[in-house]
Amino acid sequence: MSYAGKILHLDLATGNTTTEPLKEDLAKKYIGGIGLGMRLFLDNSKAGVDPFDPKNPIIFATGPLSGTMAPSAGNSYAVVSKSPLTGGIAESKAHGFFGSELKRAGYDAVIFTGKSEKLVYVWIDDDSVQLMDAEHLKGKSPNETEQIIREELGDFYIRVSAIGEAGEKLVRIASIINDEFRAIGRTGMGAVMGSKNLKAVAVRGTNDVNVADLEEFTEFIRMIHERMKGPATRKYRTLGTPENVLVLNALAALPTRNFNQVTFEGAEKVSGEYLNERYIKKIIGCATCGMRCDHIGVVPEGPYKGATARVEFECLWAVGPNCGVDRLDAIIEAIYQCDHYGMDGISAGVIVSFAMDCYENGIINKKDTEGLDLRFGNAEAMVGTIKLMGSRKGWLGDVLAEGSMRAAEKIGKDAVKYANHIKGLELPGYDLRTLKTAALGFSVSYRGACHLRSGAYSPDVKGKVDRFKIEKGRGKIVKNGEDLYDVVDSLILCKFSRGVFYEGLDEMAKYYTLATGIPMTTEELGQAGERINNLARLINIREGKGTREYDTLPPKIMSVPVPDEGIAKGAIVTQKEFDIGLDDYYEVRGWTKEGIPTVEKLKELGLNDLVSIVKKKTKPKTSKKKAKGGK
Amino acid sequence: MVTIHEKKFVSGDPDKCVGCCVCEYACSLEHEKTFNPTKSRIRAVRLNPFVNLAVACRLCEDAPCVAACPRDALEQSEETGIILVDEDKCNGCGWCIEACDYGAIQLHPETKVVYVCDLCDGNPKCVEWCPEEALDFTTKDVVAQKARVTAVKKLLQEAKKTVSPQ
Repeated sequence: MSYAGKILHLDLATGNTTTEPLKEDLAKKYIGGIGLGMRLFLDNSKAGVDPFDPKNPIIFATGPLSGTMAPSAGNSYAVVSKSPLTGGIAESKAHGFFGSELKRAGYDAVIFTGKSEKLVYVWIDDDSVQLMDAEHLKGKSPNETEQIIREELGDFYIRVSAIGEAGEKLVRIASIINDEFRAIGRTGMGAVMGSKNLKAVAVRGTNDVNVADLEEFTEFIRMIHERMKGPATRKYRTLGTPENVLVLNALAALPTRNFNQVTFEGAEKVSGEYLNERYIKKIIGCATCGMRCDHIGVVPEGPYKGATARVEFECLWAVGPNCGVDRLDAIIEAIYQCDHYGMDGISAGVIVSFAMDCYENGIINKKDTEGLDLRFGNAEAMVGTIKLMGSRKGWLGDVLAEGSMRAAEKIGKDAVKYANHIKGLELPGYDLRTLKTAALGFSVSYRGACHLRSGAYSPDVKGKVDRFKIEKGRGKIVKNGEDLYDVVDSLILCKFSRGVFYEGLDEMAKYYTLATGIPMTTEELGQAGERINNLARLINIREGKGTREYDTLPPKIMSVPVPDEGIAKGAIVTQKEFDIGLDDYYEVRGWTKEGIPTVEKLKELGLNDLVSIVKKKTKPKTSKKKAKGGK
Repeated sequence: MVTIHEKKFVSGDPDKCVGCCVCEYACSLEHEKTFNPTKSRIRAVRLNPFVNLAVACRLCEDAPCVAACPRDALEQSEETGIILVDEDKCNGCGWCIEACDYGAIQLHPETKVVYVCDLCDGNPKCVEWCPEEALDFTTKDVVAQKARVTAVKKLLQEAKKTVSPQ
């Protein structure tokens, strides 16, 4: 079967390792990837642990398809921990080559705890696991780190997942990067590695990865491979996600200048069309996947000549339109710098735009910005701010490195009005005043503002609903999207490939069974998705961050009407409709009005052993009711 | 004796190759009935994002690996040109590996004898699976022809541009 059957524990303080078998019931209930990772996180951490405490575990998990020839899923891994941005559950996935190597080395998950005295990297050579000195890698980019490690260990095919300077310096938006361009981007996982003095994980895996039914599995992936050449992935193979720039701009849903506008006059100049014609030099792929979506952009001339980055819509938007920047050369440079320091490009861009908004509104000035003229549209200042942040240089760099929520608190005055985050995680590039199913979806996402937790923007963008209002029924759309994406992220299928599963969960369940040999029905898999979502909610509740008051929207979305002329003018999310949405969502989830899963729901999902987490929360309410009745 | 028009090998096109390694997985699937690139007879190399190429046995004329073998364990097929390994004679000494300029013949991690592309009985699975059509099962004279045709097309188009009447 395609699970490795083994979980590795590594204490970074001592270098001691232990392994435990992966139990089949655990595997089936939580699948792998983020599901398995979150369950292991819950079982291996104590409530209230500080994200930077050595006791906060960080978990690398592969999926049941990692290491097989499954297109888009054979190459993946997920990282789970407690987020230094949100204080709640953190998860992120990356593809490339690293995930398959980790699986071949023999692990379904690796749980890192403790803190090394000195900067180290972990060298996993199949069964052999060693801590290696990494002092010479201090300040090196993830890509440089990978090259040096391959060189010194003497194997070209070693795969490395590493942090850059930002992670070492506990920049709260720090990412982990493997294979040059592939990022465990969101929720600050790089900073957790940094807090453990863990610079990188290097892996060589030489074991076979076998599936339960090789013949049928091979036929199945042959079909998926063929579908990948078809319409379901066309966008990713041609213009790539930057196609969204003009689409969202036309819908008045392209957040511009820190969500001050919803259309960008420079959109053409940063469009997918313009980008591909002038900057994309080659489109490459991840292991086992012939979709090939990595649009590698190179700046051919000018001050940023030579800057090379994988360009996707989100990061392009964050440092581009969102900062008022219409120069693709500066955008590519900024994304390159994010990869170089090891930072989440979405959060980085949204933090820069926050700083620009503060600057434009007189909350900070040139004395605070190391002389950078932080007006919207100043490309050099945008790039400069990213560099300050990545290295925590100057007052500004140090403050912004805390993420927009904490930075706004530190800056004070009215800065919170300009901070665009949910639960502490910065918003991605969809305006929530004009895409309101997305507004609901982003607000309830357990890892903070995220388009990839439910894909709730999709019905809005595709015109399947009235995107200018929230009404009853949206809760179900969000829930279904979430449960599906929890499955996708636990199988660790690349989301770009989600469209090739014409039969949705049916085919995913079949995929799972062919690979693992563990029988899985469509219903069971759907329920696993729901279970995983509830599990994430429970972790947030345990950490004191999982109730209704944390399912919020940023001030801009709820108090500043869209100023742009046209269809969207005046759009805003009102408290009333937002409450309708939350009530509806909690109801379909089987949660209380406070957003807490009921005991019945947890039992239905087979989470009986976690009932104590919600019992503490729900008790006072019932006793209150009784008291009232007594009167 | 195989003629140059018949002697086919697996040829990679670096312009099309995206470094996805599907060929490696297909090879291990065919030969080893498992997924394991470290047991693949074709290996993809990504030097940087822009330079990707998968490399398999070139079916050299007067193959140096055969010449290097001190135990007569290697033989080149007269019929197809592939390198045949006598697993009883091979002791994994690696002289053939050093003799090969392309890293195409390798030491098998389990059997500890060398292994090399055998063209899957004339239907290479890597070529069949390659999603980018970056691999070709072809002969060297056809490779040369294609290169020539491409070059002439390019030259003449450029020539046309320079001499095109107004």
